[in-house]
Amino acid sequence: MFNNFFFIGLPYAALTVLLVGSVFRYYRLGFKVSSLSSQFLEGRELFYGSRPFHWGVIFLFFGHATAFLIPRAVILWDRVPLRLIILEVTALGFAFSALFGLLMLIQRRFKNKRLWAVTTKMDVFVYIMLLTQIISGIWVAWFAHWGSAWFATSLTPYLRSLFTFTPDVAIMAQMPLSVQIHVVSAFVFIGMIPFTRFIHFLVYPFAYITRNYQVVIWNWDRKKIRTSGKLVNGVRSKNN
Amino acid sequence: MDIRSQIAMVFHLDKCIGCHTCSIACKNIWTDRKGAEYMWWNNVETKPGTGYPSKWEDQDIYKGGWEKKGKTIRLKGAGKFKGLKNMFHNPNMPVLEDYYEPWTYQYEHLFEAEEGDDQPVARPVSLITGEPITPKAGPNWDDDLGGSQEYARKDVNARNLSAAEQEAMFQLERMSFHYLPRICNHCLNPACVAACPSGAIYKRGEDGIVLINQKKCRAWRMCVTACPYKKSYFNWNTGKSEKCLLCYPRVESGQAPACMHSCVGRIRYLGVLLYDADKIEAVASCAEHDLVEKHLDIYLDPNDPAVIKAARANGVADSTITSAQNSPVYKFVKKWGLALPLHPEFRTLPNLFYVPPLLPTMAFVENGSYETTSESFWGAIEKSRLPMKYLANLFSAGNEKTIETVLKKLMAVRLHRRNVTVGDLPEDEVNGPMNEVMMDKDTADAIFRLTSLPLFDDRFVIPAAHREEAMEMLESTADVKGNTGFGFKEPPKRGL
Ligand code: SF4
Ligand code: SF4
Repeated sequence: MFNNFFFIGLPYAALTVLLVGSVFRYYRLGFKVSSLSSQFLEGRELFYGSRPFHWGVIFLFFGHATAFLIPRAVILWDRVPLRLIILEVTALGFAFSALFGLLMLIQRRFKNKRLWAVTTKMDVFVYIMLLTQIISGIWVAWFAHWGSAWFATSLTPYLRSLFTFTPDVAIMAQMPLSVQIHVVSAFVFIGMIPFTRFIHFLVYPFAYITRNYQVVIWNWDRKKIRTSGKLVNGVRSKNN
Repeated sequence: MDIRSQIAMVFHLDKCIGCHTCSIACKNIWTDRKGAEYMWWNNVETKPGTGYPSKWEDQDIYKGGWEKKGKTIRLKGAGKFKGLKNMFHNPNMPVLEDYYEPWTYQYEHLFEAEEGDDQPVARPVSLITGEPITPKAGPNWDDDLGGSQEYARKDVNARNLSAAEQEAMFQLERMSFHYLPRICNHCLNPACVAACPSGAIYKRGEDGIVLINQKKCRAWRMCVTACPYKKSYFNWNTGKSEKCLLCYPRVESGQAPACMHSCVGRIRYLGVLLYDADKIEAVASCAEHDLVEKHLDIYLDPNDPAVIKAARANGVADSTITSAQNSPVYKFVKKWGLALPLHPEFRTLPNLFYVPPLLPTMAFVENGSYETTSESFWGAIEKSRLPMKYLANLFSAGNEKTIETVLKKLMAVRLHRRNVTVGDLPEDEVNGPMNEVMMDKDTADAIFRLTSLPLFDDRFVIPAAHREEAMEMLESTADVKGNTGFGFKEPPKRGL
């Protein structure tokens, strides 16, 4: 019962909310999509929080994504014990970096009166979410080592089963509590993306890499004027 | 040739009285909101001084603008690599302390205070935290050289003056200052646009106004660093950057921007310049001593038939071409060569030009007192109170010759007019300077008229915006002919 709720109901609800919510927020509440940087109000301590946090989280995100998308490659890599150890230690390092950054960010926000002016209830929620997620992750890494190896053989099939609409709760039911908490909180996190500042990672500016530096927009451009849909005999209908 | 039109401006610094009316007009219309209190899209600073935000010109601190790199240029503190790398913490971004903490006074307290022995006072409180604060800085804290030890002496433009020159500049008896009103320059090669990772900032094709799309801005804050003039501000409340929008709703309806309309000294001129967009990169990357000349060369003569033809072919409206022909900016910048860009070395190709101040350079001191006899008062610009180098650092990337030529022209006009109205100067004392800058009497009179006696319509020649034609980019108006009224655009077909 509980298992069905947490490992079938919750994931599907979260993914639906993520999809519908993000699209709605992006198109209807575009003004509210922002990373809400607070560097302007406090710029020095942010450095020690934001940088370790973001780089840590980015590495972990891609780590999880790799294990999910190409589990075979990860298993192959892990064949050599030394490589397995290197991977685990690096991942743990990034987790600690994220945790350190997060703690810095939290103390910075509570210490600094100016930042209270831009702190919402949702920001507090975001901090709690992230703490749960990172601490449970470190807990898993510490007490159930070699995650990169067993993730591919147990969690990947579970996640795959979700995406193929044949959810397999049995795998999750056998998992240790730490893993269960980590997974549940991950799905809550995903579901909350449209309602929190998490939305900013969906709008990471990839387009910048390929675009021209200068952007010019024309309100009126002769070359871009539309022709009439009621074209008769190849005669271009003029606008005025 | 890719001819485009640009709304450009001239500020005549000799006429600025430092009244800050422009700043207040702008504040009342645009930035009197939570999160924007500290923004001064228009600000007026005293020079020498550190300006607003403090030391904005010092790109060693803020890394704004472009720098030359081989044959081309690159953003100094932003760009694809640096920008994306520094997104989580931008090391060169000015923070609140570099501006000031906005405050108000607790006026209610004057009325609501309990009865007591002391007179109630209105204490200053922060507009961010609501807590009582002691204001320690403001947008024009060093107005009229207030606290010059702290401010004027730290002016970045005086940095490369010799110790003796600096000492002379700050002697009490010799000190001089002028005002520098600043708004966004709506640059041809805007660093803010290039630095924005989201692509939220753009230049409008028709009139060159640079705007930030508030829906696309994601608070990556790169424009704040990249704009060397620090004219893009971060709204801490909404989490969006904002900047001067040249009152585009006013300009589109034929009105002058509020700061210009309200300017008490009538120092501001606005009009169209036609330029060749193909040359932007080459001009922005040229050698530093050529910058001003090349920059001014990019603007084209709107009376030249070839230019008119190419402009038309490029979709520039006839009304815009006419405006360009009557543009007061064209006269000051190109025809008379009296106006120069502020800090051309930032390589953004700004479109706001300044007629440099002649007054502080005119009077000079000899034997401890002002020399007021006419020959020396009207005399040598080279012996001026304000070092020429200082002005050159502001307006011509250090090229003193350029500044000197402009000042000599201004001086020639004055001498000529004095001759006309008072007539007490010997003929050759007037003709000498006039000939030196190759100016004829008609030109001098025209400069005088546009400087001192311009009517509103002489100062502001604003082209029609032709928004009605903008519609045609979205759809063919022929398709919706016979449509009903407002609010939706659907063919008037009978329902089923
Ligand atoms: S002055 Fe600054 S904000 Fe304005 S267009 Fe130039 S770079 Fe952009
Ligand atoms: S309103 Fe005009 S004269 Fe007054 S400070 Fe502004 S620019 Fe100078």
